[in-house]
Amino acid sequence: MLYLKLIPFLLFLATPAVALANPFEQQLANGLRVIVKEDHRAPTVAHMVWYRAGSMDETNGTTGVAHLLEHMMFKGTPTTGAGEFSRLVAAAGGRDNAFTSKDYTAYFQQVPKQKLAQMMQLEADRMRHLTLDAKEFAQEIKVVMEERRLRTEDQPQALLGEQMGAMAFQAHPYRVPVIGWMNDLESMTVQDARNWYERWYVPNNAFVVIVGDVDHRAVFKLAEKYYGPLKPRALPARKPQDEPGQSGMRRLTVKAPADLPVVLMAYKVPVLRDVEKDVDPYALEMLASVLDGHEAARFSKSLIREQRLAVSAGVGYDATARGPGLFYLQGSPSEGRTRAELEAGFRAEITRIVKDGVDADELARARAQLVASQIYKLDSMFAQAMEIGQLETAGISYRQDKRIIEKLQSVSAEQVRAVAQNYLRDEQLTVAELDPQPLPQTPRVPSATPRH
Amino acid sequence: MKLAKFLSVLCLVLAFQAAEAGPKIDHWLAPSGARVYFVENHGLPILDVQVDFAAGSAYDQPGKDGLASLVHALLDMGVQGMDEMQISNRLADLGALLAGGVGMDRASVSLRTLSADDKRIPALEIFRAILSSPQFPAAVFEREKARSVAALKEALTRPDTIASRAFWAAMYPGHTYGRYATPETVNGLQGADLVAFYRSHYTARRATVTIVGDVSRTQAEALAQQLSSDLPADAGAAALEVPELPAANEQRIDHPAAQAHVLIGLPALRRGDPDFFPLLVGNYSLGGGGFVSRLMKEVREKRGFAYSVYSYFLPLAQPGPFQIGLQTKKAQANDALKVTRDVLAGFLAQGPSKAELQAAKQNLVGSFPLRLDSNRKILENVSVIGFYGFPLDYLDRYTENVEKVTAAEIKAAFARHVKPENMVTVVVAGE
Repeated sequence: MLYLKLIPFLLFLATPAVALANPFEQQLANGLRVIVKEDHRAPTVAHMVWYRAGSMDETNGTTGVAHLLEHMMFKGTPTTGAGEFSRLVAAAGGRDNAFTSKDYTAYFQQVPKQKLAQMMQLEADRMRHLTLDAKEFAQEIKVVMEERRLRTEDQPQALLGEQMGAMAFQAHPYRVPVIGWMNDLESMTVQDARNWYERWYVPNNAFVVIVGDVDHRAVFKLAEKYYGPLKPRALPARKPQDEPGQSGMRRLTVKAPADLPVVLMAYKVPVLRDVEKDVDPYALEMLASVLDGHEAARFSKSLIREQRLAVSAGVGYDATARGPGLFYLQGSPSEGRTRAELEAGFRAEITRIVKDGVDADELARARAQLVASQIYKLDSMFAQAMEIGQLETAGISYRQDKRIIEKLQSVSAEQVRAVAQNYLRDEQLTVAELDPQPLPQTPRVPSATPRH
Repeated sequence: MKLAKFLSVLCLVLAFQAAEAGPKIDHWLAPSGARVYFVENHGLPILDVQVDFAAGSAYDQPGKDGLASLVHALLDMGVQGMDEMQISNRLADLGALLAGGVGMDRASVSLRTLSADDKRIPALEIFRAILSSPQFPAAVFEREKARSVAALKEALTRPDTIASRAFWAAMYPGHTYGRYATPETVNGLQGADLVAFYRSHYTARRATVTIVGDVSRTQAEALAQQLSSDLPADAGAAALEVPELPAANEQRIDHPAAQAHVLIGLPALRRGDPDFFPLLVGNYSLGGGGFVSRLMKEVREKRGFAYSVYSYFLPLAQPGPFQIGLQTKKAQANDALKVTRDVLAGFLAQGPSKAELQAAKQNLVGSFPLRLDSNRKILENVSVIGFYGFPLDYLDRYTENVEKVTAAEIKAAFARHVKPENMVTVVVAGE
């Protein structure tokens, strides 16, 4: 009797604890970690598999192989024919795709919740049993070269970014574009893809993220069933390949068919390694928000609206990454103004921060935006899964996400000023300029009159 | 035969049972005259509001192309009592997000805010001012005009922009859908043009207000009226004309790009057309269904011609385009174009196979919950329903309407809407 009475009491006690435990996590014996975040707002689920293998793990001569392999993952296993993967996901009412970055390669499906088991089965199958057929490879490498033409060769700003990476980093593999150099793609072989797959596609180099209308206990059982039997294998040693210190400004120019000049400045800065002890990455995030967090932030207010020096001006900084960090300033000068003037304008804004600091208002505004964004992100299961995956690949536990927000909130005006002073210095700077070239033969812009 | 018929009836019945309902949409007319659509949803402490006006770029008068976009861009750059900095700063202080866009038919302005009173109420007040009392300050106008021209000049060097413009111009000769902003038209705009366009197009009668999220019906009624009651009085701005179909033609435009951009299509489908579902389901097999379509198989998978190849219908207030697009390296542009045309001709001649039809339905029906699994997605869907005046049960009947499409209906609908004699082709940077 006493026992029976206890149970509801225990359940009552347990409920809040369960709510706090969300997301839930379990590691399988083969090393695969499974992270489940329950979100019961809609009967769907996002399923992602993240591999800790991105372009930074490539070696010279085979750049682009991480991304090529991502394409080949849709080309079949002994049990699922070429192209079948996407067909099965589509038949399940799902959407699927994949993405490769410098740090990771990830695969996802968004499906009605009843189809999760099938998705796990499919992903588990291709984690260890990819066919990597030579004929399929020969077709797919052409597709990847078209992708490079589309996204890089014919995109002046992408070329600029690619050249920037190659100059800012000389030793660290972040110098290489994710899609790979064209000549490496041209000489890539199916064996390169096989080597890559054998090296990195093992459960102990992966983790699964599931966000949606699921019961975590049921998901863990499914994970054991489908992913559990896969054999782990020791991973090759990863060499640090640390970038040597930079001790002077670097500068490059890209000429490409375009009309708008672009100035892209990148400073070497730290990224988040220790959530508790680090200070600077948080301060850099808040600095980015003060400079470019909204329409009236400093860059927009001063460079675009007041001085009319730029038609666009923005900041880029990502505090979570496996490799070294860059703090980017990017913009295009207004007509009649030069790239040099815009570059000087950017520097003047940084100098102003170093000399005068930031206002309490500006920091409060950045905090308010941060708080709201934490609520807004809950509207998307996909965004929640992405956040977990990105933190984890950078070596930061997703369980620290709230702590990261607290840390960001606690950044002081002086800390923001200090990171501007300590890191946004010419010694650490690489400047890339897009020098627009008129089209060789300016196409006649078609008129609006009918022509047959 | 009888058995087959019986089976298909059975399938339909099953489908009806399995059909998933959309969100419950409340609809009313605000005292201002604005149409209001409301989905109450307290799952998150968020409120999304979108106001759509019949004020898209199709309403630009000839010679004033670019006006609709500039009017929209300047709405939040100075209102009665607040300059552009104050507006941005206050919204940021509240953590509120203002967004929007200008399409052919619609100009949309949306606000996302936390639903707590101390955030929602002031954010809505700023939103009201943005919609109701934009000032179009002269200095801001000149600056934004210059930025707009700079962006246009850059865009006009891009092969995709050049292709897209030539394509729309060829599809819609003499029609507003075929015109677009140029540096010259934008430079020619005057401050008075903005005010006049705003007054005649940003009226309550031309507006739909879509509200999704954490407010009550009473609050929703009040806020819809708040946002629409101070809009300009309706002046009966012109409606859009019906476009004439073009004669088939092909244009080649030189460009130094590594890849050719190929576009094929014609004006095809109006919002609310009864052929929408057959065309939607059919196009899934032709070029809409991601990695599993015929175009993807033939152009990308079999031949490695392109990274991206697709087809879609873009229904608009007047017949919007059916469009096929791809990019491929210069030297193989003609081969890729030929394969694409063959695939289209084959599909027009035969329609989808049984297996294709089934796959299309499986995906479109099965993925229905994914269309509505966030407030943001619900807002998008409901705002289209409201703006184009679809029946309120459109989402409830969506899967049922997909299920009942037959292969014969698809073939017939394509024959009515995708006629080769009206098809235009644009190739930029081909050989």
